[in-house]
Amino acid sequence: MTGRNAMLRFGALLFALAVLASWQLAAAAHIVSPVFFPEPTRALAALWQLYRDGTLLSSIADTCLRMFFGWVLASLLGVALGAALARLAWARTYIAPSLEFLRPLPASAIIPPAILFLGLGDEMSVTVIAFGAIWPVLLGAYHGFGQVEPRLAEVAAFHGIGPWAFAAKIALPSALPDIFAGLRVSLAVALILAVVTEMQAGLPGLGFTILMAQRTFRSPDLYAGILVLGAVGYVTNHALVAAERRLLRWRSLSR
Amino acid sequence: MGCAMTKWRALILPIALLVLWELGGEFGLLPGDTLSRPSDIAPAWWRTFADGSLLLATLQTFETALLGLAIGAAIGIAAGIAIGLSPALDRVVSPTLEALRPVPPVALIPLALLLYGFGIRMEVLVIAFACLWPVLVVTVGAVRLVDARLLEIGRLLETPLMGRIFRLILPAALARIWVGIRVAAGIALVVAVTVEIVLNPQGLGYAMMASAQALNPALMWAELLWLGLVGWAFNTGLAAIDRRWLARFGAGGAR
Repeated sequence: MTGRNAMLRFGALLFALAVLASWQLAAAAHIVSPVFFPEPTRALAALWQLYRDGTLLSSIADTCLRMFFGWVLASLLGVALGAALARLAWARTYIAPSLEFLRPLPASAIIPPAILFLGLGDEMSVTVIAFGAIWPVLLGAYHGFGQVEPRLAEVAAFHGIGPWAFAAKIALPSALPDIFAGLRVSLAVALILAVVTEMQAGLPGLGFTILMAQRTFRSPDLYAGILVLGAVGYVTNHALVAAERRLLRWRSLSR
Repeated sequence: MGCAMTKWRALILPIALLVLWELGGEFGLLPGDTLSRPSDIAPAWWRTFADGSLLLATLQTFETALLGLAIGAAIGIAAGIAIGLSPALDRVVSPTLEALRPVPPVALIPLALLLYGFGIRMEVLVIAFACLWPVLVVTVGAVRLVDARLLEIGRLLETPLMGRIFRLILPAALARIWVGIRVAAGIALVVAVTVEIVLNPQGLGYAMMASAQALNPALMWAELLWLGLVGWAFNTGLAAIDRRWLARFGAGGAR
């Protein structure tokens, strides 16, 4: 059994290497055009070069900062709105239908008006990111706050706990798993919109770096940038999962 | 009766906003050069609707989105069935797939442009990549949940592999796969508009961008509201199909 396990793990590594090797050989032999599909080794060399001249780290920092600020803004607003919609009947009647109309609107569609209002800067980028990333958190918070055990509310009322203290001490912790599920989706959306706004507005960052690589036909740089963007998506998602596991450890302990 | 009342109340907020918007523009409280008044937006909408350009752009966007969805879903279902049926294959290819999955679809925009230039093909490529993942993940799960006895019967009757896939596995897994396709359909529209806003000169996204750059905000708002409307109708339509299908499958063999 363990022998089979080890074999499959070896097979997985072999498969990944085989894909890269066949790409390398096909590009080197001009079976696929190296202009469009440069050898993976050239992409790695381009990555090293981008790292050496400092572009790589500053692009990563720019993109991540934008993504982070937009995401935090979306998270705060999303949790507040979701909680309000879940707990207040009048908010559901008057506000929810308008939000239902806004939700399917592609977030990138607000880029043209955002540019008209805010220009081609970071404010525009962060606003667009926040608008797009708010929905998953909002839905998570709405679901989480709506599922709070009704008996907890009764106990809180019995002990004279006010609505704000109830929200912060009882409802929020019990809604956290749902909120975290939304936060993860929001983070992925935030990265996408950070890249999109950079491309659209020419803001320094990974999105602009890869667009420039295309414009100047430096395809190894392009692949290097896509690789880095994938890594950023992977690392931020896993960091959030780790944070969730730490923050929600009390849940598994109390069961 | 009560329901009609609630639905009517849902209109209060948007109508109030529209009135405030109109009055604010009338009395110069809002920046008229970016936030055109509703009374300017309505005729702008009518002009672009009447001369057919709005419908043409809408058609382009949806055509591209659906084509990308079809290609992405087809690859996702095919790969998902293979991976779902063979745990060994899953172990071998999934690390490679997991490395590709966090790449934000928009990162492929420059690559798609490099490969195909402007036009429908580059947009379809990006949409297909974005739609592939939800369908793939859901299909793998759905195939694994197919009743083991069903597969055993197929084996006992010595049904050929293709017959087993099309006659036994697909019908049993279809309800779940549909959920993935529905998620992917929403993504397809968003990605299509995004690619058009960033750089592809076709469809609704480009129309908005062009109006904004031509300093014609009334037309841009008309297109934005239209996009919101068709996006909402698209999602509502999908939800309606959902209810009909799931009702049919729920009684039969969704489990």
